Amino acid sequence: MGPFALSEALGPIGAYAVYLLIGIGFGAALEMSGFANSPKLAAQFYFKDMTVLKVMFTAIVTAMILVFLFSGLGWLDYDRIWVPPTYLWPGIIGGLIMGVGFIVGGFCPGTSLVAVATLKIDGLFFFLGATFGIFVFGETVAEITGFWNSSAYGRWSLPEWLGLSTGLTALLVVSTAVVMFVGAEVSERLFGERARASGSKALRRLAPALLAGGLLVLWIGQPGLAEKWNWVSAEKQPLLDGRQVQIEPAELLHLMNDNQINLLQIDVRSEGSFNLFHLQGARRFAVADLPGEVDELLREPEGTVIVLTSEDEERATEAWKILVAEDVPNVYLLGGGLNHWLEVFGHVGHEDCPPAATAGDADGEERLRHLFRAAMGSAHRSANVSPDDHELEFVPKVRIERKKALGGGGCG
Amino acid sequence: MRSKGEAPYLDPYAGGVLLGIVLFLAFFLTGNGLGASGGINRVLVWAQDLFFSEHVDRVGYLTSLAGGARNPLDHWIVFLTLGVLVGGFASGWWHRRLKIETGRGPRIPVGARWVLAFAGGAFMGYGARLARGCTSGQALSGGAVLSVGSWAFMFAVFAGGYALAYFFRKAWN
Repeated sequence: MGPFALSEALGPIGAYAVYLLIGIGFGAALEMSGFANSPKLAAQFYFKDMTVLKVMFTAIVTAMILVFLFSGLGWLDYDRIWVPPTYLWPGIIGGLIMGVGFIVGGFCPGTSLVAVATLKIDGLFFFLGATFGIFVFGETVAEITGFWNSSAYGRWSLPEWLGLSTGLTALLVVSTAVVMFVGAEVSERLFGERARASGSKALRRLAPALLAGGLLVLWIGQPGLAEKWNWVSAEKQPLLDGRQVQIEPAELLHLMNDNQINLLQIDVRSEGSFNLFHLQGARRFAVADLPGEVDELLREPEGTVIVLTSEDEERATEAWKILVAEDVPNVYLLGGGLNHWLEVFGHVGHEDCPPAATAGDADGEERLRHLFRAAMGSAHRSANVSPDDHELEFVPKVRIERKKALGGGGCG
Repeated sequence: MRSKGEAPYLDPYAGGVLLGIVLFLAFFLTGNGLGASGGINRVLVWAQDLFFSEHVDRVGYLTSLAGGARNPLDHWIVFLTLGVLVGGFASGWWHRRLKIETGRGPRIPVGARWVLAFAGGAFMGYGARLARGCTSGQALSGGAVLSVGSWAFMFAVFAGGYALAYFFRKAWN
């Protein structure tokens, strides 16, 4: 399943060779479409020659259909491809400035490279100007860091924004593009210098194909959690079975006191049980709400460790599978759950939470095997254990994995 | 047989499908989209690091690219950008479009066109870094994978161009 770990499979040189080939395809496609020709590009803004719009949106829609078809069929993991994070206002202001640059200079950075490659002198001047602009940005970005990092929404997709399924969004994008293409043909006929009947003919062939592609994406749908878990289960289930991700209470205590680690404790019990007793620093999410928190969790700093807790292990394991299926790195769960924690560290405060006789309920629900007389939350003595009071002996299981080298983005 | 003279450009829709397939292959094989300004940026920072290494190590944004022993060229976008040059050259050669010339409107002198090209490039370069991507990296790549920010960015680019088109009509028409 794509995307592939190229440097592992081909070595760094092989991986760079793939990028070189992709770049060659990119450059050739731009050149063949006439993107080294600045008057042709600028004519877009006078409604005379809508090549820019046609090529761009055809490319976007084609790639989109293929990406989500492959994702729907389980051949491509959408969660692991680079979706430019949204920084709304820097993006819009930067876009407006680039629009100005486009009409003044006649290229964008990519097309100017192609113009240089085909010996266009205006392309060379544009390229030098772009290099100068990039230089100015690099030297002055410190002055505008606040703005540059503002309105950050992370990885935010149109389906999430619109509240529609991916398939419906794709179909909507295809339909919008087709309407724009029809508008572009009309515009060329009204303002263009020569009749372009051939354009309309090509569109009559393309539009049904694109719409069919959009419908196919809608029909196939996108993989749900269960399917995503199936993809990774061969690799991840052994970790569960081998108890490599169930950490001991002592290791959790150690993590809680390690200032160099960004630890997220996620408690997946009911609100009532959480209020009765939870570990210092724990946040509570219902298992059902976890998928909605994934984006937030992925935005945590690199190397963040997540430890899931429930009474025993059952619900924490369920939650673990969700996060692992969604590619959240460094997820662990508390082995033996809070019950085990209380067995190990609870003796200090046992007068407040004597072992209860309710262990091993017939209904299969996890329960705390200790009685709490009041809802003390994390104010309970056993919730905030000092590592100095205990001999912390454990087999360390947490190995911090940095995020996959994917990303950095198209213009990183 | 190739005829003499420049070959006509590909039909824009066919060109778009071709470009879309390349873009899809980039995502499918590597997980990354296409880009251009990032490659220019890294070559520039590499040159800065060559001559003003201390300065690069002091400015946070530059340090993140080329601080200390970090080599800004050791990045996939550099090779992709190199490929764009190679692919553009190969296609231009094949279609007999390699020609030293200045693309310009019928009424603008060559010198003025060069000045405008440089100025427009400067806006483009600055804007592309501010927006964290150029037309390729943001609009094309982000648009295809449905990033909200990329779509907002794309409409902003067109809006900026159309807003000023009237004032530059003499440069292009």
